[in-house]
Amino acid sequence: MTKDECKKIVIEIIADIAPDEDLSDVKPDVRLRDQLELDSMDFLDIVMELRKRYQIEVPEADYIQLASLDSCAEYLTPKFDALV
Amino acid sequence: MELSRIVITGIGLTSPNGDSLAEYRRNLLDGISGIEWIDRRYMGRVPAGVCHFDPLKYQKKKALRIGTRAGSIAIYCAREAIADSGLDLEALDRSRIGIYVGTTEHGNVETENEIHNISQFGFDTRYWSHHHNPRTVANNPAGEVSVTLKITGPAYTIGAACAAGNCGLIQATQMLQLGEVDLALGGGVSESIHTFGIFAGFKSQGALGMHEDPTKASRPFDRDRNGIVVSEGGCLYTLERLEDAKARGARIMGEVVGHHINSDSTDYVLPNAERQAECMEAALKRAGLQPGEIDIVSSHATATPQGDIHECEAIRRVFSDCPDTSVNNTKSFIGHTMGAAGALELAGNLPAFEDGLVHPTINLENLDPECNLPNLVVGRPKAAKRVDAILNNSFGMLGINSAVIIKRFSD
Repeated sequence: MTKDECKKIVIEIIADIAPDEDLSDVKPDVRLRDQLELDSMDFLDIVMELRKRYQIEVPEADYIQLASLDSCAEYLTPKFDALV
Repeated sequence: MELSRIVITGIGLTSPNGDSLAEYRRNLLDGISGIEWIDRRYMGRVPAGVCHFDPLKYQKKKALRIGTRAGSIAIYCAREAIADSGLDLEALDRSRIGIYVGTTEHGNVETENEIHNISQFGFDTRYWSHHHNPRTVANNPAGEVSVTLKITGPAYTIGAACAAGNCGLIQATQMLQLGEVDLALGGGVSESIHTFGIFAGFKSQGALGMHEDPTKASRPFDRDRNGIVVSEGGCLYTLERLEDAKARGARIMGEVVGHHINSDSTDYVLPNAERQAECMEAALKRAGLQPGEIDIVSSHATATPQGDIHECEAIRRVFSDCPDTSVNNTKSFIGHTMGAAGALELAGNLPAFEDGLVHPTINLENLDPECNLPNLVVGRPKAAKRVDAILNNSFGMLGINSAVIIKRFSD
């Protein structure tokens, strides 16, 4: 999986969690919380959806890795790759 | 003790046959039922009352995803009630607004959904949503109103089985009289059609209403009635002390002159006509009215074989010699809206102060002789000699009874 493909998956999940948000211009290097209305419960939803849809576990200590799209891709891409 | 007079200055509602008081009243006068078929998990097809308001009128999609249906109904009703009252929420001291929402039950819908959800994952509780607790706390519907409308006064629910809609209104009245708040939102809500458990429970009890035509499934007082049609709905009133309402030139829709809540203390399910009669009599006493001064009795009857008989017995006991007191029933149109029932059924009758009409009971084709009441209004609206006072009954399981009396406002 490429990092861009990983970012696309994260955006798909955010689209369901924050359906009112315009996600057409999310800056990959900016914290998601700084550009979208996302709170801590929403990040728990992202973690839950990664578990439900892809059986990917994100331990609490690693939640910080989900801060931006870039950091999501950096952290999650190896996890997706490990699934196959 | 001299208590402030409390008046109704706004109504926000959603019912299976109308999302505003005007639409609801029109359908009650025109005999239009709001019952339809729905598919409910594990139950299959059942008749039910569904509300069709647009939840996106007052909430974002994300709020709908996180919150509950009961919360959404409560928010819609609260916003509509405030708009109807002519109050400007932005200009009010929101720490002085109270929210008192009656509920029959809350949390069953969300719990059933989560159990279904984890059943898709081998019942692994790691898949249980972190939203479960805020969704299922008993104060959820009132709390969602508080969060959404930025109201910082007291906001809680009143759990009172199917008497809850009246009890929310009574609680609001009392808190205004105590000076705890300056504006109250009171009434009730229900999301019960989204839980299979309530349908299954009534079915096991032999008390689930059923008919090949869903619009005929709810038939209080009819010989062929066979039980309750479960519905969702909501109705919240804005209530104010009379002096406050007059000071701002508010339109006053009625005055809460009497109310009472008591308990049967006899059975988990079966009602007690004697206690119901005592409840109505105590409300009349508080109002300083004789039974004959009540123009409309809005009955609670749910179309269960025993329940309707007991209520008729209680009404006969209190209104035995009242030739001008009419009796009607709203559940025949909208089914049993549970926590909303008391508030909604009262609301549908309040326009009678203006149009002088008593809306009918529908689906009454063969009157059960044991439900024979002298002035039951059947099939078509009745023009009343006068409508100055309405008594609204609302009773619930574990033997809770409530009665509210609203009078046409007169200085």
